[in-house]
Amino acid sequence: MGMTAPALELVGLHKSFGRVAVIRGVDLQIEAGERHAIIGPNGAGKSTLFHLISGRFPPSSGAIRLKGRDIAGLPPYEIRRRGLARSFQVTNIFPRLSVFENLRCGLLWPMGYKYAFWRNVDRLVELNERSERLLEEIGLADRRHLPAGVLTYSEQRALEIGIALAGGADVLMLDEPTAGMSRSETDQTVELIRRVTAGKALVVVEHDVGVVFGLADRISVLVYGEIIATDTPDNIRRSEAVQEAYLGTARHGEGAR
Amino acid sequence: MAAVDAPRIRQERRRTAWRLGLWIAAAVLFAGLPTVFPSGTALTTMSLMGIMIVFALSYNMLLGQTGMLSFGHAVYYGLGGFLAVHAMNLAIGDRLPVPVIVVPLVGAAAGLLFGIVFGSVSTRRGGTAFAMISLGIGELVASSALILRSFFGGEEGVTTNRARLLRLFDWNFGPQLQVYYLIAAWCLVCMVAMYALSRTPFGRMCNAVRDNPERAEFIGYSAQAVRFIAFCLAGGFAGVAGGLAAINFEIMNSVNVGAAQSGSVLLMTYIGGTGSFIGPVLGAVLITFLQLMLSDATEVWQLYFGLLFITMVVFAPSGIAGILMMHAPLWRARVLHRVVPAYLLAALPCLLGLAGVSLVIEMTYRLTVKANEGSAFRFLYQPVDAKSAVPWIIAALLVIGGFWLFRRVRPIVADAFGEAMLVARRKGWA
Repeated sequence: MGMTAPALELVGLHKSFGRVAVIRGVDLQIEAGERHAIIGPNGAGKSTLFHLISGRFPPSSGAIRLKGRDIAGLPPYEIRRRGLARSFQVTNIFPRLSVFENLRCGLLWPMGYKYAFWRNVDRLVELNERSERLLEEIGLADRRHLPAGVLTYSEQRALEIGIALAGGADVLMLDEPTAGMSRSETDQTVELIRRVTAGKALVVVEHDVGVVFGLADRISVLVYGEIIATDTPDNIRRSEAVQEAYLGTARHGEGAR
Repeated sequence: MAAVDAPRIRQERRRTAWRLGLWIAAAVLFAGLPTVFPSGTALTTMSLMGIMIVFALSYNMLLGQTGMLSFGHAVYYGLGGFLAVHAMNLAIGDRLPVPVIVVPLVGAAAGLLFGIVFGSVSTRRGGTAFAMISLGIGELVASSALILRSFFGGEEGVTTNRARLLRLFDWNFGPQLQVYYLIAAWCLVCMVAMYALSRTPFGRMCNAVRDNPERAEFIGYSAQAVRFIAFCLAGGFAGVAGGLAAINFEIMNSVNVGAAQSGSVLLMTYIGGTGSFIGPVLGAVLITFLQLMLSDATEVWQLYFGLLFITMVVFAPSGIAGILMMHAPLWRARVLHRVVPAYLLAALPCLLGLAGVSLVIEMTYRLTVKANEGSAFRFLYQPVDAKSAVPWIIAALLVIGGFWLFRRVRPIVADAFGEAMLVARRKGWA
């Protein structure tokens, strides 16, 4: 090819559950350094698409390439080790571990500690410094010792994102990162995402139109398991097909979720 | 940026010093116990406690740390013990220069090896599937123990003689006191090792897999691999406990790999508390003590264990350690003494109820299992005839009265605790 492979590439991706086709042929290329948003009405298959890419379940057919290498069907931990991290729409943390420990666990594999059972975690200086920094970045420094399960909803959302950010993956996928956050929390989170994803690939599913148009370099519109348009925010805003399929319904109907 | 600020480093150093102090205190305690309790019974009891501490802690690596409920942990304890006995007999027969103090290493190797073999099958899934497979493997090994007579020695088991191994200076480890010191030393080493293990990257990921195996996979860890490693290491430490048991009893038989032994370690760990490192230690000490004491006092002691277990599961699922932890803020705020009167008040109905329940159990036992030995026996130093109505009425009054009183006292206890907690919270300790 000569040129470098895209950070993430989907080719003819299909997923069916029984006879129900949820993802019906998705093709998409995301370059390193690009912030890409996926929007679409509820039930369009956005979360399923995330699950396929991150390995929660295997695609029925099609290819998923991470930095040029096929990862379709690999287990989640293999995909994470190859440099793709994700957050979840429904908060998915370690409830009995402390907030600090949640973040530190997120850093262990990327920093190469693997299954080490001969090193004291409290003595690993760089690991603890990076955990500490992340803790401050997501604004939970005063919650560091609390079990994650007792945090408020929006604090858990911040931690959810923090775990995904830990280790600085090359491709980061965030599933509705600002859902349930207040305006100011949303702004802070967007600022954080913008900062940590500089030079890396970001894929984000988001219902908050303001966040999507402010953050994304390109936007894909997913409707009934197919991408009907991929373009710059301005062009997407102007596209009549998109207006009809998604933004129109959003304006008349549910609003931001 | 407050990455490594000085106060936090100081705090960490203080904690390290505090921990080191605790370990030294434990070592001093272990060394000094025989001086305080020099009797033969005490030495036997304390030796057994040391073995069970190692066994229960190894079990908690699975249950408390990694969230794996095993019904067959005695397999690794027992097989470790059997291999240790055979190794000792081999050393005696061939006059190998092996001191008895290294024999637990044989147990560790055996436990680890069988952990690898059985773990590769059973740890593929967590949760219920793991529990079921562990039960199956437990039954498999227990029944093999009766079939493979040449290795397991059938019903009688396999015996050995620890005193015939290589002497170490002028210690032949024949006397129970020397065995106690051997067990205490191994127990301390294993405790330190298992504690250290819980503070490694791997140990932390065990906790993460316990909490949320799915998310663990999305941060780069195979939950199956974490479970497998935990299982193998837990098997290794159970094998050490088995090796110590082989030295202590000089006999291993099929009971040691069986379901009752697996159930017993589950009981100890759960009653002690799975949520902290000290829990299984407390459980092992208490249950071993109760087992020896109760089996002297009553023949249906296992029934009392069943009741104790049910009571703990229902009323204190976090175990003894959990109850103690609940009181830590009161202790730190120096208000613990405020709850003592209420607790003493609550102890009365509990004791009354307990006396009533055990009177019913003992009388039923007399009339059914021991029917041919007559209905008269002694209960709490009093002669009782299970065939007369009076003791039954007394038992009923004790149970009902105890229950009624407890219902009355409960709000008082709750209030006392609540008030003390409020003070602790105001002082910033909770």
